[in-house]
Amino acid sequence: MNDAGTAVAVQLDARVARAAGLPVLRERGQHEVFCGLTSIVWLHRKLQDAFFLVVGSRTCAHLLQSAAGVMIFAEPRFGTAVLGERDLAGLADAHEELDRICTRVLQRRPEITTLFLVGSCPSEVIKLDLAKAAERLNARLGPGVRVFNFSGSGIETTFTQGEDAALVALAGALPASDERQLLVVGCLADIVEDQFGRCFEQLGVGPVRYLPGRRAADLPPVGAGTSVLAAQPYVGGTVRALVSRGARLLRAPFPLGAEGTTAWFEAAAADFGVAPRQQRDVLEPLAQRARTSLRGAREWLAGKRLFMLPDSQLEIPIARFLHRELAMQPIEIGTPYLDRQMMAAELDALPPGVTLSEGQDVERQLDRLRAASPDLTICGLGLANPLEADGLATKWSIELVFTPIQGYEQAADLAEICTRPLRRRAQLSI
Amino acid sequence: MQLTLWTYEGPPHIGAIRVAASFEDVHCVLHAPQGDTYADLLFTMIERMDRRPPVTYTTFQARDLGGETASLAKRAVADAYERFRPQLLLVGESCTAELLQDQAGNLGRSLGLPVPVVPLELSAYSKKENWGAGETLYRIVRSVLQERSQQVAGGTAKPERPPRRPLANIIGPTVLGFRCRDDVVEVDRILEQLGIDVNAIIPLGASVDDIGRLPDASFNVCLYPEVSRPTTLWMQRAFGMPFTRTVPIGLGATRAFIAEVAQLAGVDARHVLAREQPGVARLSASQARTPWYARSVDSTYLTGKRAFIFGDATHAIAAARIATEEIGFKVVGLGTYSREFAREVREAAGAHGIDALITDDYLEVEQAIAAATPELVLGTQMERHVAKRLGIPCAVISAPMHVQDVPARYSPVMGFEGANVLFDSWVHPLMMGLEEHLLQMFRGDFEFHDEARASHLPASAGPNADVPLADMQAAAPAPAATAVATAPTWSADGERELQKIPFFVRPKARRNTERFAAERGVTLITVETLYEAKAHFAR
Repeated sequence: MNDAGTAVAVQLDARVARAAGLPVLRERGQHEVFCGLTSIVWLHRKLQDAFFLVVGSRTCAHLLQSAAGVMIFAEPRFGTAVLGERDLAGLADAHEELDRICTRVLQRRPEITTLFLVGSCPSEVIKLDLAKAAERLNARLGPGVRVFNFSGSGIETTFTQGEDAALVALAGALPASDERQLLVVGCLADIVEDQFGRCFEQLGVGPVRYLPGRRAADLPPVGAGTSVLAAQPYVGGTVRALVSRGARLLRAPFPLGAEGTTAWFEAAAADFGVAPRQQRDVLEPLAQRARTSLRGAREWLAGKRLFMLPDSQLEIPIARFLHRELAMQPIEIGTPYLDRQMMAAELDALPPGVTLSEGQDVERQLDRLRAASPDLTICGLGLANPLEADGLATKWSIELVFTPIQGYEQAADLAEICTRPLRRRAQLSI
Repeated sequence: MQLTLWTYEGPPHIGAIRVAASFEDVHCVLHAPQGDTYADLLFTMIERMDRRPPVTYTTFQARDLGGETASLAKRAVADAYERFRPQLLLVGESCTAELLQDQAGNLGRSLGLPVPVVPLELSAYSKKENWGAGETLYRIVRSVLQERSQQVAGGTAKPERPPRRPLANIIGPTVLGFRCRDDVVEVDRILEQLGIDVNAIIPLGASVDDIGRLPDASFNVCLYPEVSRPTTLWMQRAFGMPFTRTVPIGLGATRAFIAEVAQLAGVDARHVLAREQPGVARLSASQARTPWYARSVDSTYLTGKRAFIFGDATHAIAAARIATEEIGFKVVGLGTYSREFAREVREAAGAHGIDALITDDYLEVEQAIAAATPELVLGTQMERHVAKRLGIPCAVISAPMHVQDVPARYSPVMGFEGANVLFDSWVHPLMMGLEEHLLQMFRGDFEFHDEARASHLPASAGPNADVPLADMQAAAPAPAATAVATAPTWSADGERELQKIPFFVRPKARRNTERFAAERGVTLITVETLYEAKAHFAR
């Protein structure tokens, strides 16, 4: 482990009460969350040479098109091989069927270089061996097309964990190299990746590579010289896979808000031996500009009470940002699961008194929510309108996943997403 | 396995939730993994429901498999009853739970709850959403009325009621159904004009108590056969209760519906139908404005416009009739994803001299649209995308739909007002009458270039519909038709002349000319071939 990053993270919350031992409310009941398949919605836009083939049911196909806002993309690079009764009864050979469907997909989309076979709840329950299928297809379609497999099933993964599972699959295929490099892990919007690239260059940190990159075929190397910096909180599995290949994880909060972004860059800079003064010269003007951009939002949000339902794993870092930079008061922060290794630098920065809940019993959580009557609730799409009808201001959490919110230049955008419901309520008079 | 990019229908449990969410006091427990909770957002986002659909998901995880899932399901049913106190509980399974064979429905029944617990067998791997809705509604109605139907069968209790206005039930409207909310109002209005009272509307806005009242009516209005037919068929068997066969979408169908309902109810419809004067060109000739609008001279530009129609069976069949008889289009394609109603759609297509397209494969529909070179697509949300890609105007006539297809304003598709709504929404995407002629005369005008859309629509550099037939078929997903191999080539002057023809008729001209040339073994199309073909097809 790298100690410079840790030191920075500790500095970050020097002023808050120690909250590492924050009690966690563990819940087991109805989980009102997406399954990992939903990650395909952004992964297929990021990886422009990849196709995601879910092996599942009509439900999987329906989920993907519903989560994608009912067909916002006219030509999707994802599809579902829908299992029928013949497949379940073993009358159809699963491998022959997959061969046929993959061939059809590749005929239609010859630009595809990487094919992901994605496991689902039904394929997991009937124990369809997609790893073996991928191996077979690799032999048949390679080297022009590489085939990977991962599971996005709802019985194993929650929402953004699907991306983690996809990246784990890629991590195993990265070429080995002990070259000194920074590897940024987790899907970022192209514009954010470009901003980060410029900032790393000014700091003198490099070479910097990204997982995922813009093309699935361009895989970065990994090895003893690799320092891993997580750009997203949900890539725990990937980080562990990379560490097992010799990489080191830099401990840092996530690049949300001016403070989080600064600490994130500092962790990398310190690891690459950049002098503190050089770090300050590069980062402070950017941080100052970001802080200035937050002033308007702070007027709306300061002192407002916040309740977050579990969704994407971004809940804890976003709550940290809203609390520390915009003075919101978090009441309850829900997370689908708590990855203490990934959240180490974040948990310390949460204020005392906040309830951290892991897992969900949605009915009981909604009881707590109504009793608390927060000023702003961040929740999934299925709950937002019913809560609005109950008089609560809401922000749908999926927007936080689909919008570029990382980095200095996006800090104000993230704040704006949270002020919009409040500003709208103030404006409407009907 | 079937490759699916977009699907027309969700799995059958979505249909079950649509029915549960339509009732006021029914709750559904769905044995399902956590991701299946996405279904809630269809209701709260697309339909903008202001409450959560009444569903409890058991959300089992991998670690529960092998023993725990059954007890989880049982607990979920008990908890759901305690919390929501519904008048009836549905217990169903989504695709994954079906594989576990926990028999969640029977587990729920074994709890001995004081309300009916209706187990659902949803056959997730062979059936789909509308079937699931129809099956669920039938199971609910049957479970409530079972006892009563046996009494009737045994001749012990014929429903008795004092003589008054005839009563009708309206069966089939649900949330997330296409314009159901407003169709019900329109049908109610028609029944009111005929002096018929509505006994119960099931399931939209109904309570379980309303079901017990169903046998009091003298007939059922089978509003959306995809959802209502199993229920109306059963009630016909169990109670001898007849049901309507006409779905009142379009003016002709509305008039026929009035006649059918009047006959079933034994009432006189003359005072209503007297206001309807088929064949008369005057605003006063109908309660709807469409007969006059269709006859007004501005509408002549609609004559023979090529329409491609795809949707659920009910809306597609109705649309084909309206398109030809009430607007004057030519139907060049008719299809449905409702396989259960393939026979009816084939019959309707036969009446238009075409073969029906029965498929739930969106790629196949896309290919058929490209090949038919329509000037207007009447379809679902899916076809809206296809049409956009091909640069063809489109109106949505059927689910699946987008949030914009659930308008704030009153916009039924049934009854007289429905006929008006359809006329407007189909004509709006097209070029306006004289604009089309000006475009034809002055096609060199810089604002009238080929990519310009109708002036009342937002500008968009959409793809040009004028690509050679061969290209269009190649762009379509499946293997190119054999016609491609024998397609004649265009000479430079022939191609130049073709470009002088307005873009919205150019694909048709290109197709006709190529067909004309191919049939005569002409390999090179010149200006002369073009005009020979034009004269040939104008005969």
